[in-house]
Amino acid sequence: MTNEATRPQRPPAGKSQPDFVQIVDVVKTFGDATAVDGVSLSIRKGELFALLGSSGCGKSTLLRLMAGLDTPDSGRIIVDGQDVTRLPTYQRPVNMMFQSYALFPHMTVEGNAAYGLKREGLGKAEIRERVAAALDLVQMGKYALRKPHQLSGGQQQRVALARSLVKRPKLLLLDEPMSALDKKIRQETQFELGNILYSVGVTCILVTHDQEEAMTMADRLAVMNEGRIMQVGTPDEVYESPTCRFAAEFIGSTNLFRGVLAGDESRLFRCADLDVPLQVQNPMNARAGLELQLSLRPERITMSYRPAQQETNHAAGSIEQFAYMGSYTLFYIRLASGRLMAVDLSRSAVRALERSPDYGHQVYLSWGADQLVVLDK
Amino acid sequence: MSRNVTGRIAGWLPSGRTLVIAVPFTFLLVFFMVPFAAVLQISFADVQLSVPPYTPILDVKNGIVRIVLDFDHYRSVLTDPLYIGAYVYSLEVATLTTFLCLIVGYPACYLIARADPSWRNLLMMALLLPFWTSYLIRVYAWIGLLKSQGLINDVLLWAHLIDEPLKLYHNNWGLLIGMVYNYLPYLMLPLYAHLVKMDTTLLEAAGNLGARPWQAFLTITLPMSRRAIVASCLLVFIPAVGEYVIPEILGGSNSLMIGRVMWDDFFVNTDWPVASAATGAMVLLLLLPMAWFQRLQRREMEAAR
Repeated sequence: MTNEATRPQRPPAGKSQPDFVQIVDVVKTFGDATAVDGVSLSIRKGELFALLGSSGCGKSTLLRLMAGLDTPDSGRIIVDGQDVTRLPTYQRPVNMMFQSYALFPHMTVEGNAAYGLKREGLGKAEIRERVAAALDLVQMGKYALRKPHQLSGGQQQRVALARSLVKRPKLLLLDEPMSALDKKIRQETQFELGNILYSVGVTCILVTHDQEEAMTMADRLAVMNEGRIMQVGTPDEVYESPTCRFAAEFIGSTNLFRGVLAGDESRLFRCADLDVPLQVQNPMNARAGLELQLSLRPERITMSYRPAQQETNHAAGSIEQFAYMGSYTLFYIRLASGRLMAVDLSRSAVRALERSPDYGHQVYLSWGADQLVVLDK
Repeated sequence: MSRNVTGRIAGWLPSGRTLVIAVPFTFLLVFFMVPFAAVLQISFADVQLSVPPYTPILDVKNGIVRIVLDFDHYRSVLTDPLYIGAYVYSLEVATLTTFLCLIVGYPACYLIARADPSWRNLLMMALLLPFWTSYLIRVYAWIGLLKSQGLINDVLLWAHLIDEPLKLYHNNWGLLIGMVYNYLPYLMLPLYAHLVKMDTTLLEAAGNLGARPWQAFLTITLPMSRRAIVASCLLVFIPAVGEYVIPEILGGSNSLMIGRVMWDDFFVNTDWPVASAATGAMVLLLLLPMAWFQRLQRREMEAAR
């Protein structure tokens, strides 16, 4: 398997053009349902950007609007300075790799790859050359004369990629590229696909419901829910400091607490689930009584058989469930208040425990103030 | 124990699958193959004034079985200009009918298949609605529309689009109109069934790769429906060759299709052997397109898998 280290470094995503692709206040409704509800995004040249969300969140509709397969009710889509909002799909410098790949079953691999270039009216020699180069790029050169149904899912995906890349689009759209593949080859393919896209340097928008896929492949991602963008950032930004409950819960798993600010400009939150207050890193710029959500990742919690030596940010409970997950062990701890907390412990952390953990054991949890993330909404 | 017995009985009973398939085949065997064999047998016999009006081909006399096969009728059917002319004319009419059905039917099928799903069934229903009345009545009804004082001519005259009535009836126009009208659904049903299940994502992909809608149609929809087109055309062509009623009612006196010739031989001339030979020759003539149809059907099934 390819690993992160062999990934070719792409040139620092063109800082000169921070808004190569611009989506401005785009709205799309189907009947009563608002699929895309005022989305604005800026995508840099050469960037691999992921739209992440569960099914029905509007991410695929947004992609179709960018491809020109649907027209927005309002708003604008600008690619490389050109307003393409009203341009039909066949005139846009935007190509899409469909979720089902949509390979033409009556054409060979070569015929599929050449289709877009033939529509441009290019010469035979140039078409042949560019098709061969595109198929070589995805290592499908030796299958040029096969029909799509003679290929495996992974091979079909690569043909679909070659077919959309051969047009040298300014923007490449990938709609759930991994969903038609077996889970086993998915991870490998994520890196492979990422490598190809990086080597080509094409600006890319990827739609996925799989947070792992988004985090593996994307430079930046946007978390979408109910037609709106909830948060935009690099994978580690969104993971480490989610700004909203949706992003915190959607990316990775988390323990959420409802806290009430203990005093004006305080660092302490009272929480009904816990005996002691929650303490955050920085004083809140707010009045006492403000109610907010706080997120605490399971792997940021320390577990011990001895009570914690701190005033705040700790809890006591008993082990209700635990599961060995390979690289870590997942514990569910039932607190006295009835609240269940998830705790991930690494292998070494489990070994360092005073006893071998088992169901019903009384344990103590603690965490640092810097591990608590205050969510805006 | 009881399971064992049922198992044994089930072992020599044909499976449900075989049984279901056997029903139509048995029907065809009894009501098509057996009569067809009888007709073929007559085609080798000789005319004789009797009931039935032909000589037996199998004859047992003094313990000797004699089979007399007279090939003469085939020779006359295949050399007589009357028959050759009727065959050629039948093929012409069937070809033209098929072509016109395709021109009219394909766009209609395409539009219905792309229509809103709630409209589709309604439109297909409208297409099939006339078939709730009898075939003969529908063909006769065309006389009322096509004759000189018929509805079509009346409207055209009233609108001053023509000065004198068009001759639309008892000639090739009437024949073709009737044929296309009657055979159109046979073309449209299978074609529609194919077009409606076509993956429209392919057209979106074509568009996204730079194909204008008409280019996407020519490069994706049309080639992909090629087999369905040929199959549904054959479904029109094969029965159209032997059509009897429409040329009889709407066609001119000169439109001598093979169905009419056979009718005359059977019922006017009472020459059953020649009529049978003409039938046999027509089936032979149609075996080729039928074999083609079968091959396409098989390919279609394989492609679907």
